[in-house]
Amino acid sequence: MNKFDLATDSVRELNQALHDQAKELTEREWHVSNPGGKHNLVVGVNEALSIDIDGHAGYYCAGMNQKATVTVHGNVGVGVAENMMSGVVRVKGSASQAAGATAHGGLLVIEGDAGARCGISMKGVDIVVGGSIGHMSCFMAQAGRLVVCGDAGDALGDSLYETRIYVKGTVKSLGSDCIEKEMRAEHLDELKELLHRAGFNEDPASFKRYGSSRQLYNFKVDNASAY
Amino acid sequence: MCGIVGLYLKNQALEPQLGKLFEPMLLAMTDRGPDSAGFAIYGDEVQDGWVKLTLQSSAEEYDWKQLMGALEGRLGCSLDWFRNASAAVLKVQTEEAKVREALAELAADVRIMSAGQSIEILKGMGLPADIAERFSLANMKGSHIIGHTRMATESAVTMEGSHPFSTGADLCLVHNGSLSNHSRLRQLLKRQGITFETENDTEVAAGYLTWRLREGDSLKAALDHSLEDLDGFFTFAIGTRNGFAVIRDPIACKPAILAETDDYVAMASEYQALASLPGIDKARVWEPEPATMYIWERTAA
Repeated sequence: MNKFDLATDSVRELNQALHDQAKELTEREWHVSNPGGKHNLVVGVNEALSIDIDGHAGYYCAGMNQKATVTVHGNVGVGVAENMMSGVVRVKGSASQAAGATAHGGLLVIEGDAGARCGISMKGVDIVVGGSIGHMSCFMAQAGRLVVCGDAGDALGDSLYETRIYVKGTVKSLGSDCIEKEMRAEHLDELKELLHRAGFNEDPASFKRYGSSRQLYNFKVDNASAY
Repeated sequence: MCGIVGLYLKNQALEPQLGKLFEPMLLAMTDRGPDSAGFAIYGDEVQDGWVKLTLQSSAEEYDWKQLMGALEGRLGCSLDWFRNASAAVLKVQTEEAKVREALAELAADVRIMSAGQSIEILKGMGLPADIAERFSLANMKGSHIIGHTRMATESAVTMEGSHPFSTGADLCLVHNGSLSNHSRLRQLLKRQGITFETENDTEVAAGYLTWRLREGDSLKAALDHSLEDLDGFFTFAIGTRNGFAVIRDPIACKPAILAETDDYVAMASEYQALASLPGIDKARVWEPEPATMYIWERTAA
């Protein structure tokens, strides 16, 4: 196992060593200690590495991740796993705002709560949150699935495209063009699979599904006077 | 961008170390604000009937001794003072208004940074490390402290434009964000008799709180009103004589993180400013909700 101690090693050294694995993969297991809330940890990894961060991370942790499995044993700051393409990012604590922003693929699991704008503009990632999420989550979300075992804040799914949202608790308010939808068998199946993969023991039938009513897809001439 | 940090000690045994615990927090926010820095420290209280003021002069070798002698003669009451770099802390047994009046006559170029029984506001241009060293932050004692590192966006980089801003006796404000309706609000507040020294947006927020508190609002009511009347992005930390408060605007673009242990409550713009605190690995760490006031105060002064 390769060990980095960020009390002495720099973030740049850590990220460079991880990027070097893309040329020749020599070490799959990585351990990072004393992250101290530093930003940009484990960003741009491009190999199927297994990375454990032992403590709290700062902004953009595991951003642009491809293939790697990253586990943060603590909280993360703004934009965890932003623009992730594949792989798994698991946060044992809570996440700040814009978790999984614009991410295209892979799985992001947040065992605690996520702040505002969770999954903003997500483009195919799956996000599973054990706790609750903040306001404006899934704003303009285009593809992928968001599962919330707790509650959702104001304006959930505002201007939503094709992301499917599952919430177990209460939704404070729905954003423009986001509506509650019928939970059919295929939705229960995909939710069961997502919960199982994220490691949460929840009953899929206790969730509600939300999605786009597709009224904002095209400009309506009736609204012309508003511009 | 700017950085905010605050530390409130629950365990009084730590009070001699307040500056030492706080300095690395302020320095950790250098990336968010390298232009200027400042802090408001609470402690070393004067008795009832006394007032403590922090004064700053732009002249490096200002003759404080001469001014204090003249002030003593003018006010004819007990007076105690010490110099701290470009600032002087004055303790005097009279009413605040009388000192302000006397200072305006004797030394119009000297700025009053703070007034109250406990607060001292020290700030200036330069890297946070330079400001901390200038005022010997690491050696300072007290019960609580809030600080700011500035990356100016709305107005000039000057000592006057740096934070914290005084908002009344023993009250001050630091701000991360920007206000978009500060010009109009400044006009309104001027008509209410609030005076401004800069074109700074945060000074308007400070003036707004001063006005609301003067109109009889509690701190909570004043902050609730600010959510309605201030347009823009903000995370505020407010220092009070007995503690501090934190509030974020409803959109909550500007970051904030809180941590609490048996010994202290700490807040910062980013977790990395809290990482140096003892016992932080076992602290409860969380993000404050938007448009929600968090306040910690000692029950008795």
